[in-house]
Amino acid sequence: MALVEAEELLKRFGSLVAVDRISFQVREGECYGFLGPNGAGKTTTMRMVCCTARPTAGSLRVFGLDVRRHGRAIKRQLGVVHQSVTLDDALTVRENLVVYGRYFDLSWAEARRRADELLAFAELEARADERVSKLSGGMQRRLMIARALMANPRLLVLDEPTTGLDPQARHAVWDRLRQLKRGGVTQILTTHYMEEAEHLCDRVAIVDHGRIVAEGPPRELVERYVGREVVELQVAADGAPAWAVAEQAAGLAEGFEVAGDRVFLHTRDGEELVHRVRALRLPVEAVVLRRATLEDVFLRLTGRRLRE
Amino acid sequence: MMDFSPVGAFRFWQRNLLIFRKTFPFTVPENFLEPVVYLLALGLGLGAYLREIQGLPYVAFVATGLAASAAMFGATFECTYNAYVQFYYDRSYDAIVTTPLSAEDVAVGEVLWGATRSVIYGTAFLLVVALFGVARSLWALALPGVFFLGGVVFSTVALAFTAVTPSIDLFPYYFSLWITPMFMFSGIFFPLDALPGWVQTAAWFTPLYHVVRATRALAFGTPVAAVPEVVWLAAVAVVLLPVPAVLLRRRLVQ
Ligand SMILES: Nc1ncnc2c1ncn2[C@@H]1O[C@H](COP(=O)(O)OP(=O)(O)O)[C@@H](O)[C@H]1O
Ligand SMILES: [Mg+2]
Repeated sequence: MALVEAEELLKRFGSLVAVDRISFQVREGECYGFLGPNGAGKTTTMRMVCCTARPTAGSLRVFGLDVRRHGRAIKRQLGVVHQSVTLDDALTVRENLVVYGRYFDLSWAEARRRADELLAFAELEARADERVSKLSGGMQRRLMIARALMANPRLLVLDEPTTGLDPQARHAVWDRLRQLKRGGVTQILTTHYMEEAEHLCDRVAIVDHGRIVAEGPPRELVERYVGREVVELQVAADGAPAWAVAEQAAGLAEGFEVAGDRVFLHTRDGEELVHRVRALRLPVEAVVLRRATLEDVFLRLTGRRLRE
Repeated sequence: MMDFSPVGAFRFWQRNLLIFRKTFPFTVPENFLEPVVYLLALGLGLGAYLREIQGLPYVAFVATGLAASAAMFGATFECTYNAYVQFYYDRSYDAIVTTPLSAEDVAVGEVLWGATRSVIYGTAFLLVVALFGVARSLWALALPGVFFLGGVVFSTVALAFTAVTPSIDLFPYYFSLWITPMFMFSGIFFPLDALPGWVQTAAWFTPLYHVVRATRALAFGTPVAAVPEVVWLAAVAVVLLPVPAVLLRRRLVQ
């Protein structure tokens, strides 16, 4: 059964359409990601799943229940990690967990026991009695994840779980999320880091301007829209403009995109393409061969880069 | 559409109690020391000249009034600054409405907590001033109930303001245009009899006036005089309670 089912889901704020008739399903046990730039409507979509934003039109069912009518029952089985830090600053790390457990009607004893388990999971035992403002950003994020797990949710909702973290802290969060997935916790997450989507998600929806522009397993999306490899040309500052270079090289590749002073050539055989590009003696400063990514898919489908 | 659960409101109340237990020492000055300063300055200073008012020692007259105002300030600071910081800066409310608690639970829980603070500060102040011979009747034991009712009204109004204010910079207006005039013109320091009739009429429409009168009636053993005041407070509490719930829902759930 799908834990989340959206059909033609629409959300308007006044005249602004934040989520534009999207349809998707999140299946039990998978990690489903929304990948898109700021303002794409990711948070708004998550808020509708959490029943804190009401759909303007369309249908949205979570655990088979209508979000418009069963908010309380849905939220009871949800664990939510918000985009911004929403911890109680006046309370310690442990108290934040215990109090949160109480919202789900855990007894004090149960809440304390669960808090101890999750402090270990988040590797925060040593900081348990400190105020949360003393924690680093990465620790706060781990605490938010631990807090979301207090009542053993059926679905974990994570809105940009690693935005603003340094690479090490990000990997620590990723480790935990993968561990949870192995344990069978269904996850729905948003991100504007394509590495994160590739790393964590079984399936991703690429979103832009409130719409899903492509959906599928990350590798499959890359294969479908870009191919296997990308040859990246850095155009010389004093030479021809990037689009002119692209026109000359386009015939060699299966597809291409231009972004700023770079040209991306899509191909299945990168080494061969590099040789042929070099032979053209184009006015470029560098020719780099790399694996195709979701970033290339996004660029191909929207004409823009994810992090502009 | 309202979505309210008493258990949810109670959970939120419990959370605030836990936070209060940790931050209590820092809230004593504004809620407690201030009325004590007023009492010493006015009760003793002015009281040296003005022995009796309405047949009561002036110190006792002011002390009972100030107990009512301590209840007002306890609820008001909670539902303005405290609530604002948690709402806008800590964003705790945003997190809580994604748990089984609803926006209405948060609003009602917050109001009940504000009222609880009214009880704590009003009663604590009374205990201290009991030294001044203020409580002359066993009816004074019912005062926490009056502070609670009054606290619900003060909290409701304050939380409604917090839910609509666009900025923390507007709270000074809330205090100078609403709380301070109430503080001065609710008969705490002087009876309103000598003032123009419209002042008395205006005072009748504000909650502190009724809390002050109910406090004196119970402290000085004339419980029947407290009845209309308690009825006024209870009626207004019931009518106003849904207002912050609706406003907060609008801020938290779009
Ligand atoms: N409460 C709101 N009121 C008005 N506009 C909003 C509100 N929340 C989001 N928006 C707008 O909706 C669009 C999508 O925002 P959001 O869902 O936060 O995007 P993302 O999370 O992908 O960055 C943006 O243009 C944003 O300004
Ligand atoms: Mg967002």
